[in-house]
Amino acid sequence: MTDQPLDPVDAGAITTPAARLASYIRGGGIVVPLLTALIAFVIAGLIVLITGHNPLTTYKAFFDGTGLNWLFPWTSGDDRTTAALNLQQTLIATAPLILVGLAVAFAFRAGLFNIGGQGQYLAGSIVAVWFGSKFSGMPHLLHVLLVIVLACAAGAAWAGIAGVLKATVGANEVISTIMLNWIAVWVGVWLFGLGGPLQNPETPSVPISSDVTGSAKLPVFWGNPNLQGLHVGLFIALATVVVFWALLNRSTSGYEVRAVGFNPEAARYSGMNVARNYVKVMAICGLFAGLAGAIDILGWQFRLATNDIQTSDIGFLGIAVALLGRNTASGTVAAALLFGALKSGTSQRNLDPSIFEPSLAFNLTLMIQGLVVLIVSTDVIALRILRRGGALNPFRRRPAPAEEEAT
Amino acid sequence: MTLTRERIGWAGIALAVIAAFIAVPPALVRSPVPSIVLAVLAIALGIYAVPGDRRLGWGAIVLGLLAGLGAVAATKSSSGNLRDVFTWSALIASMLRFATPLLFAALGGIVSERSGVINIGLEGMMLMGAFFGVYGSDLLGSWVGGIVVAVIAGGALALIHAAFSIHLRADQVVSGTAVNFLALGITGYVFVDHYGDNGTPDNISRAPDLNLPVLHGGFFDSAIGHLNLLTWSALLLVPSLTFLMFRTRRGLRLRAVGETPRAAETVGVNVISTRYVAVTVSGMLAALGGAYLSVGFVGSFNENMTQGRGFIALAAVIFGKWKPLGALAATLLFGFSSALADRLPTFSESTATLFQALPYVLTLVAVAGVIGRSRAPGSIGIPYVKE
Repeated sequence: MTDQPLDPVDAGAITTPAARLASYIRGGGIVVPLLTALIAFVIAGLIVLITGHNPLTTYKAFFDGTGLNWLFPWTSGDDRTTAALNLQQTLIATAPLILVGLAVAFAFRAGLFNIGGQGQYLAGSIVAVWFGSKFSGMPHLLHVLLVIVLACAAGAAWAGIAGVLKATVGANEVISTIMLNWIAVWVGVWLFGLGGPLQNPETPSVPISSDVTGSAKLPVFWGNPNLQGLHVGLFIALATVVVFWALLNRSTSGYEVRAVGFNPEAARYSGMNVARNYVKVMAICGLFAGLAGAIDILGWQFRLATNDIQTSDIGFLGIAVALLGRNTASGTVAAALLFGALKSGTSQRNLDPSIFEPSLAFNLTLMIQGLVVLIVSTDVIALRILRRGGALNPFRRRPAPAEEEAT
Repeated sequence: MTLTRERIGWAGIALAVIAAFIAVPPALVRSPVPSIVLAVLAIALGIYAVPGDRRLGWGAIVLGLLAGLGAVAATKSSSGNLRDVFTWSALIASMLRFATPLLFAALGGIVSERSGVINIGLEGMMLMGAFFGVYGSDLLGSWVGGIVVAVIAGGALALIHAAFSIHLRADQVVSGTAVNFLALGITGYVFVDHYGDNGTPDNISRAPDLNLPVLHGGFFDSAIGHLNLLTWSALLLVPSLTFLMFRTRRGLRLRAVGETPRAAETVGVNVISTRYVAVTVSGMLAALGGAYLSVGFVGSFNENMTQGRGFIALAAVIFGKWKPLGALAATLLFGFSSALADRLPTFSESTATLFQALPYVLTLVAVAGVIGRSRAPGSIGIPYVKE
């Protein structure tokens, strides 16, 4: 197995995650992420098998829960109606995942690991529910805009703390963003908990926020608004993807971000302000994640219970989304759709409990998430399997650095 | 002894601590004036120290502000409530209880990071220990079995991290994060699959508390007279690990591998196997910390019960400058803040919830304040490639 060096690059020479991952992007094209997801699902299937369930029927039940069979022309009648409802759920889950994925991906491109998507998402949600439940007399679009702007600002500020700490005293962003996640959780639980300042005054015994007023809700464009139809948040997320792409690839700031990501020392030497870049990058990441919180609140949640805050895992899924999507715009959308589908396909609402217990499926999702991140962390595995496939694989683009491996 | 700005900064910090201390029992000064005067003095010294030692100066300023505010709040609340919260013997016992899991994990973190492998996965390894401790204790009917199973489970997860970060040269931070997700998934899955909605059984065999007979009654009896066996084990590990790391050949090799692996290799140290062993041991230690939470303390398990403690432990490693004694000091500090937050519901349920965030805030401040003053092992995070 160790007869040849298998890394696409000399691992010892490149130390920043962004640079390593960038080389992997060149190294595997679209096939490696697909293979990564496949390996993760196969291993998870094995776990399902050894714990006494049938992996095929389980995955079939997941798939039916996603509603993706709506896309098949032969799905008809009641099946089609159910599939439409399920597909709406999948897309509702995809929209925030795209945004938190971008929040992680953007940081990665600057060489930062933003594990704080969860806290930034919560900061956005909290502010969105706070201001969304006020000003009921405001004109509709204006209210929505105001809440979105405030939620983005909250997310940006929350992430900005980690950016400032990194820029000024060099505090490791991994630890600081994780601490900020937990602080956001407890602040949220305090705000909406019993006796908290933002708890719904009409239900003093329930730890929940007030409801978002009608003037701040996002319009639904597919399905019944009373049954959680698909809201326009998906379009907001897709528009943000375009912004992300343009910002990163077509602007001076984006160039600096990528330069800092590849090699902070070289960037500093060429006159870029690396410290200011860290703050800016983290703030933009927080903005994306805060927006995700806002569209969830204004689109379908409309209120926040302390339990929602403690069990939410959107921000953590964002890490797997970004890594599987290779930190690119299009990749993030595709990976978000995969995890959105997995999330809705395994939800209490969509998964048939007689086939597989949804609470088990939730943990299985966590394992798939972990396996994806684990495999992406090296990529040597996927690349190794690819090379075994050798010439049989028409999609493979062999990178220039990998050619030098013949030693 | 000259009056350097650094010493002035330390004096400011000391004054801030005194300002807070005199407002609570046993001193319990009922007027805010002395505390405020001391706090202002601390801030002034801090401002003077800033040009010489920025972090120390700012530390004194921030601490002075916090101490002043805390002292004013204390003098405004009833002395009965204060006596309830600041029962020092109970606070110390509680501090040690909260510090135990952190200390195990932090010592594990030191071992791994000293060998040059970042271990973000401590959290997941603790979680494995927490669940499999209960699982093993339930299955084998004894807490010893539980701890053995916990240690094996934590070590196994660490082995995955080791294989990926050493052999496959993965990005260590990403691989550690993956391991955390895996642990969440594995423990949650087996927990739900095995115990369902009922949760773990009530009659789990727990690691025993040690009742020291020599300390009948009094301050020491309630402070350290009834601590858990695992708490004492963690405390004993501190000098043992210090000796192992700084006084033995094995320890020297471990540190050499973390600093300059190439040099270590040339004198015949096996870098790869040293790192494998270090990461696995670190997972086992973290699992002991997790096992303390479940088999040692509450006797049950719930999903994600480690609640970020692995990351606090990681911060303690940095704060303690990669030394066991330093990690002990850091975990005691974090443990104290948890103990304080734990006792605050006396004042107000709602505010106490907010104080649950205190350990995390403190960790954030500690990491921000200390970086740059402490130096990480030389080749931490860099995969080793044999030539």
